[in-house]
Amino acid sequence: MHLSIGWLYAMKMNIYGDRGNVITLRRRAEWRGIPVTVREVGIGDPIPSDVDLFFWGGGQDQEQVAVAADLAGEKGVSLRAALEDGAAMLAVCGGYQLLGREYRPYDSAALPGIGFFDAVSVAGPERFIGNVVVESRWGELVGFENHSGVTTLGPSGEPMGRVRVGRGNNGRDGTEGAIRHNAVGCYLHGSLLPKNPALADWLIGRALERRYGAAVLAPLNDAVETAAHAAAVDRAVATR
Amino acid sequence: MAPSATRAQDARLVAALAAAKVTGAAIRRLGRGGGTAAPGLVAERIDPELLGKIGRRLPHGTVVVAGTNGKTTVSRMLADILSAHGLRVAHNRSGSNLVRGVASALAGQSNVLGSPRAEIGVIESDEAALPEIVRQLAPRVVLLNNLFRDQLDRYGELDMIAARWRPALERLPETTTVVVNVDDPTLATISEGIAAKRVAFGLDERDPRYLLAEIPHAADAKSCRLCGRDLHYDRLYSAHLGAWRCPGCGTARPPLDISGTAVALDGLDGLSLVANDRRGAGDAIEATLTIPGLFNAYNALAAVAAARTLGVPSEKITTALGAYRPAFGRIERVPYRGRTLTLALVKNPVGFNETLRILTLSSGGLTVPTLVAINDHTADGRDVSWLWDVDFELLSDGSAPLATTGIRGADMANRLKYAGVAEERITPLPADLGTGLDAFVEGLPAGGEGYILLTYTATLGLRQVLADRGAVAPFWEQ
Repeated sequence: MHLSIGWLYAMKMNIYGDRGNVITLRRRAEWRGIPVTVREVGIGDPIPSDVDLFFWGGGQDQEQVAVAADLAGEKGVSLRAALEDGAAMLAVCGGYQLLGREYRPYDSAALPGIGFFDAVSVAGPERFIGNVVVESRWGELVGFENHSGVTTLGPSGEPMGRVRVGRGNNGRDGTEGAIRHNAVGCYLHGSLLPKNPALADWLIGRALERRYGAAVLAPLNDAVETAAHAAAVDRAVATR
Repeated sequence: MAPSATRAQDARLVAALAAAKVTGAAIRRLGRGGGTAAPGLVAERIDPELLGKIGRRLPHGTVVVAGTNGKTTVSRMLADILSAHGLRVAHNRSGSNLVRGVASALAGQSNVLGSPRAEIGVIESDEAALPEIVRQLAPRVVLLNNLFRDQLDRYGELDMIAARWRPALERLPETTTVVVNVDDPTLATISEGIAAKRVAFGLDERDPRYLLAEIPHAADAKSCRLCGRDLHYDRLYSAHLGAWRCPGCGTARPPLDISGTAVALDGLDGLSLVANDRRGAGDAIEATLTIPGLFNAYNALAAVAAARTLGVPSEKITTALGAYRPAFGRIERVPYRGRTLTLALVKNPVGFNETLRILTLSSGGLTVPTLVAINDHTADGRDVSWLWDVDFELLSDGSAPLATTGIRGADMANRLKYAGVAEERITPLPADLGTGLDAFVEGLPAGGEGYILLTYTATLGLRQVLADRGAVAPFWEQ
């Protein structure tokens, strides 16, 4: 068994500790004896056909424009096809926005997304900054939001979870992120996966199932992760 | 150089200064710390152009120092060099570097009519405040040291700072000299083609021990600002600093007017380098300092470049840098309960990486027990995501134990686990700094040594704990 991770735009979109998510996916597979390869997929590189788990982080505006242009043709179609086919994905912030229909920056033309999520994001006047706690199918997720993009899910959009503490997708409807098939997009930095190992293991499990049909992940001792999670939840409650 | 005509008295300025002086004195009498910004706030309300009015009266003009990392160190070094050169220096030493803090510092160092007692100003400027500060002061020298991600929720993203600096640099007159670290691709690009004169400095070191094999994850400016291609580095020293070029449009690091060579890092104890002034007849300035790390080599080079631009002779620079002592809390040694603790402030991924490099460079791994204290107040960065941008993987080789404390000590312990540090080496201690300190110190042998790496508010908190226990004085008494 082998886990193949594709890190989308690792050089251009990797702010606020995005790397922590890739480190976590790698370690949690390796600790179970599953070898891992991480392939960076940059501007101009095709979407590899043998990748079962993608990670896509956030970026500054200049970089997001270049990435949206890179995905405008065949490459965006092939990324979407992989996700429709059950490839697992975690996308945070800028990557999440470009998985939707479009992202409209504050002072420039709308950037087309790949349309995998039924979601539209618009740069808003207010920046949501702070610790976030979300109720989700993996239990309580904890992270840190820092975005002015306001995301609204369409009729077929399913949120990743509901915010217990924080502002979420848009500060209005209590939703955070989106989920479809095996792909999750959200605004949570922190980094997200190191403190939320249940989500990390779900992503690894879905990716291995796609390749090998079934995957049972051996349990790990998560005492350190659980302590970090608890401290972050306490902090979220205390600071917002 | 002194102004030829006596300036008319400025009623608004005089009123502003009087108010500032009363406010500053009142705050100090009440014992509320140094009163660094409030006098400026009061004075600014009465005369919004106060800063420029006083600054422009300095007979030798002003030097404005900006950059994410090292601006306090560089401006202190430069102030020391200029003092050694015999000039009376006005300097916002207490680290109040927003517009108000600078106005306060200048107001406190001028007489009631707004004539400064000093002859030259060394002004440390916040990234966001730089355009306003240079607009008011029309400085003689603007020194740009580096641009990194730091406290993003306060400043916005790197691109935004660069976009604000460019027009501010474009407006500078030909009489201003911009001294720029051109090893930073962003700074080199935004200082290209301006009316002001540019003095380029950077490292020209070839010792492989000081070169990085690949661009670290924490680096920010990885792509060309002009064409977007990923930059190539012939020599990479730290973060995104080095001899860079763009394979797309052919832009490259400009030729160096002042280059740093013969860098020698001596662990935590100090460093030396030679700064080669390649202009005119040329000159080589030797510098040996008691502060550590490659970053301080850059800081020293920046101070030398600015001092040379102001015409200070090389012997004066060498002497002043040799006598330089660091500001509070960056790195210092404290004897405590029969052990020696070395405290180092860590503020952001780039600075943290440099500190880890110093701790592991000579020994090939961490050999001294280390406590890491992480808080998440505004001054620390409320988002601890940045810990994942630091290369803690450097610590996985050694055998020394690592303990964690502070509000987000649990996150830090988790980061170490995922960095590949063996779990038996990691001890998560309680969040309370005093409790964490006690447990850590008890684990050190009598006469032994320990490192403590701390974020900003953890540094303040731990110093208070140590002061309460009689180990060190609180910093505002020093």
